[in-house]
Amino acid sequence: MQIDWSQFTPWTALAGGLLIGLGASLWALCNGRIAGISGLIASLLERQSDGLAEKAVFLGGLLVAPLVWSLWAPLPAFNLPVAEILLIPAGLLVGVGTRYASGCTSGHAVCGLARLSLRSLVATLCFMASAVGTLYVIRHVLGG
Amino acid sequence: MRFLTAALAGLLFGLGLLLAGMTNPAKVLAFLDVAGAWDPSLALVMLGAIGVSLWPMQWTKKQAKTLLGSSLHMPTQRRVDQRLIFGSLLFGIGWGLTGICPGPAVSLLLSGQGAIALFFISLITGMGLFRVLERLFPHW
Repeated sequence: MQIDWSQFTPWTALAGGLLIGLGASLWALCNGRIAGISGLIASLLERQSDGLAEKAVFLGGLLVAPLVWSLWAPLPAFNLPVAEILLIPAGLLVGVGTRYASGCTSGHAVCGLARLSLRSLVATLCFMASAVGTLYVIRHVLGG
Repeated sequence: MRFLTAALAGLLFGLGLLLAGMTNPAKVLAFLDVAGAWDPSLALVMLGAIGVSLWPMQWTKKQAKTLLGSSLHMPTQRRVDQRLIFGSLLFGIGWGLTGICPGPAVSLLLSGQGAIALFFISLITGMGLFRVLERLFPHW
């Protein structure tokens, strides 16, 4: 393992994490829900009657965040270092996988871990391991 | 009021993703690439997010109502089952391919990245596929 200190951004990472945590906390304290983005998208798709409007508003806030950001500062870099065609299998796997797992990075690795949920700990370990493994195969075995 | 808190919560969450670097796939992949030039930044994103929400989440667990007086909708499932493990492993493969997970996918939709639309359509298709699979294999 070799740490790339030139790319390490501890302060913005920590501050960004604090904002994510604040958003998740506000949503839990005031709306009584888990800020799990895959679950929120799914309940909108399935038009579940429970809290549909407030869920849509939460996702609306998430959606316009870059517009609000760009009022004050240029948007942070976006760099996709892989072939665009990979977005299709990636999206499909993330869609099916997060439904079977009832959660993604936000629901399990942030909210679930903060709730000290065993399910979320297992989920986080599984998707971290398979993400690291997948990237390892692509970058260091296949040499893409 | 609950719509105001919903909008603010979503906005804070989205601004956090942008500030943290989660909306840059190259940065996310650099975190996942532990065998290459590793960028540990995103571990601090998790640390910050969990650190802030630990107490509110624990407090919410002990309440019967939200601060606004509405009912709670927290997960009730406790069992670690094959669906959780299988789903998480699939999700991780998808995440490792491009470095994009659902939150950043929403936050990137309006920032003019055409490629994200392709991911988002596939994500929704995948969620639809899940419903078909559930009907075909109901015991799974």
